[in-house]
Amino acid sequence: MLRIDKLVKQYKTGDIALKGVSLEIPKGQVLALIGPSGAGKSTVIRCVNRLVEPTEGKIWLNDLELVSLSSAALRRARRRMGMIFQEYALVERLSVMENVLSGRLGYVGFWRSFFRKYPQNDINEAYRLLERVELDHMADKRADELSGGQRQRIGICRALIQNPDLLLVDEPTASLDPKTSRQIMRLICDLCQERQLAAIINIHDVHLAQMFAKRIVGLQEGKIVYDGPPDSLTPDVLTQIYGEEDWEATIEEVEDEEEIEIAMETAGASS
Amino acid sequence: MPSSEQNGIKSWQLRTRPEQLLRWFFWLIGIAIFLFCWRLISEKTIWMFVEDSPRQAIDMAERMVPPKWEYMGKLWIPVWDTINIATLGTMLAILIAIPIAFCAARNTSPSLTFVRPIALFIIVSSRSINSLIWALMLVTLIGPGVFAGVIAIGLRSIGFCAKLLYEAIEEIDPNQVEAIEATGASKAQKLSYGIVPQIMPAFAGISVFRWDINIRESTVLGLVGAGGIGLQLDSSISTLAWTQVSLILIVILGTVVVSEWVSAKIRHAII
Repeated sequence: MLRIDKLVKQYKTGDIALKGVSLEIPKGQVLALIGPSGAGKSTVIRCVNRLVEPTEGKIWLNDLELVSLSSAALRRARRRMGMIFQEYALVERLSVMENVLSGRLGYVGFWRSFFRKYPQNDINEAYRLLERVELDHMADKRADELSGGQRQRIGICRALIQNPDLLLVDEPTASLDPKTSRQIMRLICDLCQERQLAAIINIHDVHLAQMFAKRIVGLQEGKIVYDGPPDSLTPDVLTQIYGEEDWEATIEEVEDEEEIEIAMETAGASS
Repeated sequence: MPSSEQNGIKSWQLRTRPEQLLRWFFWLIGIAIFLFCWRLISEKTIWMFVEDSPRQAIDMAERMVPPKWEYMGKLWIPVWDTINIATLGTMLAILIAIPIAFCAARNTSPSLTFVRPIALFIIVSSRSINSLIWALMLVTLIGPGVFAGVIAIGLRSIGFCAKLLYEAIEEIDPNQVEAIEATGASKAQKLSYGIVPQIMPAFAGISVFRWDINIRESTVLGLVGAGGIGLQLDSSISTLAWTQVSLILIVILGTVVVSEWVSAKIRHAII
């Protein structure tokens, strides 16, 4: 579905952020990209939708090569890729509904979008998505009135209304509390499964990555150093990605918390 | 270095001794220049007149009261003209200032090396010439009257509005713009969804603030024949009709107070 081939990115400052990253993601797979700050996680996903221009390499979305696209073709290609941001990146002074509908900008002409005359289908879909994330009663609120978790759910709606094939998710939980983080990650993963979407999720919380992703890729200084299932993330592997540290606690904690969570969920279901 | 070590005691000062001495030296020069200028001005002043001035002021004040209230009938139309000059001039300025601001802002300018310097030059030249001087020139160009006043106020305000607006554009949150870009939005849509909502409060504030300033500036434009209440002020002073002058000053004060109240209300409602 998405194929990244020997991606290299050198910034104008001379820093080489990516040193030949190759990845292949099949349809419907949720992949967590972990790694220390500055490893190039953000650069990878920004190269895919070309918010950052790659220096070298090729990227295929289905049969479409993205790196060589002209700007008009790139706009059409971007419609197939939804993006979710760390600080939500909602337009703060627009209403929730306007923010969700802005996901359709690639499909709607300028004047229609300027006068907010969106097709009825788009409005129906927006309400469906808002209902799905349980925020339909907030449609007419302004985005800056919402809490962090609510804003991120609006961000998810904006990405999904594009009707994408691929989700690019940049640190979705970095500004959220632990409980909301889990809810948001669960929501993203559930939605990916419902719609058979592939997703790349940048995340620095190893724990959350292990809980929710089927596949984990470790990035260190612009190179992939681990690619495999979450349960073979051993202390050795984590040391390789992040450097020397006592990792036993992190890994054990995950197992414990998962048990507690399962216990709580069953308790919740029975009550 | 502010931190230094002597006899094992670490001391800290804001500035090193040479820096401190240099500062005292500059203060000394400043005071010397001030005293020198004081003496120059003092030599060129006829102190006999200055000593007489309190008596003159009391005399003028006596001749100003009571204000000639029946003259008010002739002032309604000039006041209306003054408000119109300010309002139309501000609207004209804003209309021209918007494109200039977008050309001058680093993050939206079409070309940093070519277009931006031109825009900045327009801003500086508009700001450097007082509206009274603009009016003086325009009265000779297009003849006396309200129209010259409107253009003078407009030309003077372009720089002010464009400067504040381009600073607001440069301070927007780039993440929100990036998020809109990632949906596949066109350039015009990026502007109307990503940038315009963010600068709306600044834009409204700047417009109302400038209108408020222009009300005050347009009261004097009549002195050079560019319409408004200044025309009456000029003729009253030259005919030594001090009771009329006092009434005009009261009317100007009232207009300015009302305009400040209106602009405060509007700004409060928008921001």
